[in-house]
Amino acid sequence: MNGHTSQRFDQELAQLKSKLLYMGGLVEGMIRDSIQALRNRQSSLAEDVLTKDLTVNRLEVEIDEEAIHILALRQPAAKDLRFITTALKICTDIERIGDEAVNIAERAIELNREPQLKPYIDIPRMAEMAEKMLKDSLDAFVNHNTALALTVCKDDDAIDDLNRQILRELLTYMMEDPACVTRATKIIFVSKYLERIADHSTNIAEMVVYMVEGKIIRHMDIEQI
Amino acid sequence: MSTMRELSKISVRNLDFYYGDHQALKGNTLDISEKRVTAFIGPSGCGKSTHIRTYNRMYEIYKGHRATGEVILDGKNILDPAVDAIELRMKVGMVFQQPTPFPMTIYDNVAYGLKLKGKMGRSELDGRVEDALMRAALWDEVKEKLDVSATALSGGQQQRLCIARAIAPEPEVILMDEPCSALDPVATLKIEELIDALKVNYTIVIVTHNMQQAARVSDYTGFFYMGELVEFEETNVLFTRPAQRRTEDYITGRFG
Repeated sequence: MNGHTSQRFDQELAQLKSKLLYMGGLVEGMIRDSIQALRNRQSSLAEDVLTKDLTVNRLEVEIDEEAIHILALRQPAAKDLRFITTALKICTDIERIGDEAVNIAERAIELNREPQLKPYIDIPRMAEMAEKMLKDSLDAFVNHNTALALTVCKDDDAIDDLNRQILRELLTYMMEDPACVTRATKIIFVSKYLERIADHSTNIAEMVVYMVEGKIIRHMDIEQI
Repeated sequence: MSTMRELSKISVRNLDFYYGDHQALKGNTLDISEKRVTAFIGPSGCGKSTHIRTYNRMYEIYKGHRATGEVILDGKNILDPAVDAIELRMKVGMVFQQPTPFPMTIYDNVAYGLKLKGKMGRSELDGRVEDALMRAALWDEVKEKLDVSATALSGGQQQRLCIARAIAPEPEVILMDEPCSALDPVATLKIEELIDALKVNYTIVIVTHNMQQAARVSDYTGFFYMGELVEFEETNVLFTRPAQRRTEDYITGRFG
């Protein structure tokens, strides 16, 4: 790709991109750590996640400000405009994913104070999938790869299936023994948080398709695309 | 192309243009929609001004300039020498980059073209002058000093006076060649407001170096490069997802 005649504009765009990726990387780590805190009953790791979220929040504001600054001063057009608007939107999604990781970490701290209800098998699997969706959506963003972005949209169904399966399983636990309702509910919450992370990753992937092709695919069936 | 849905005021077909041996336009083909604003953008020397100057045969006044192909206005190829140039220019008015008021009063500037059209009574003339100045959003600023020399006006006012002069003979098409490049931002916005108001009654074609201006005022935008019309699209499509790589490079500031 040709550079801009204004090299400073190129630098501003590059900086915006690298900040987004740094933020994305932080959030990926937060998902991993929050789940590990739950699985290994390691609450100190969950505390780290809460601290990292402060950085993520700060980055969200910085990215917003830089994007607005570019819009105001450069009046970008075409692919530059699509890049900036995409950056603005996916920045919000990444920040929300960070919030979901914080939710998981908080539930982990609470659950770790009580005896373990059951071994965690599906939750780590689901977390791995959700984290991969986030990673793939960010890779698709960096490499302008719409094919990869579309696989993220498809992966979302598998996450939804797992979420339902976890819900069913924990409902049987609750029916058998009302004493485990509090803990089971918290695990169901974790599953829901992961499902939300996958949704946000899908949003990012959909924005990547817009950025690359100028086509809005949100709220469409995957078959229509 | 999407312009086909609208009524076409001017149809350009295979338009070539030569300055002596130099070919400045190459096979331009497009349709200008009626009562819409069409903007042409492109780097200096790309042919955008040359292109619109064929619409009223402005080039004719220079030796060695010639156009081939067709520029069809209301069904007639106006490149045909049988079409009377004076009548054509009544129908297709033009506003230039530098405001060009004649060295006469404000009133006479606007009345000038009307007088060329034939005899007209004083009261009718007064009415037409007032009407043109109103449409050009200049009336309130000059109504008390119509007999003052036009050169006493500010640059922005002079440009609006030129627009009043261009619309007084009731043209159907108004060509504007960089109408704001000599004006400050406020005067520029006034002209842009005016363009928006005028398109209810006129077909407007504007050449501009200012891409944001093209984006703000036009319904359709054409990008010229080295005499070729590279892309012609609805303005909002061209500025968000242009189809051609050269358009994209130009509007995003990645040129050569």
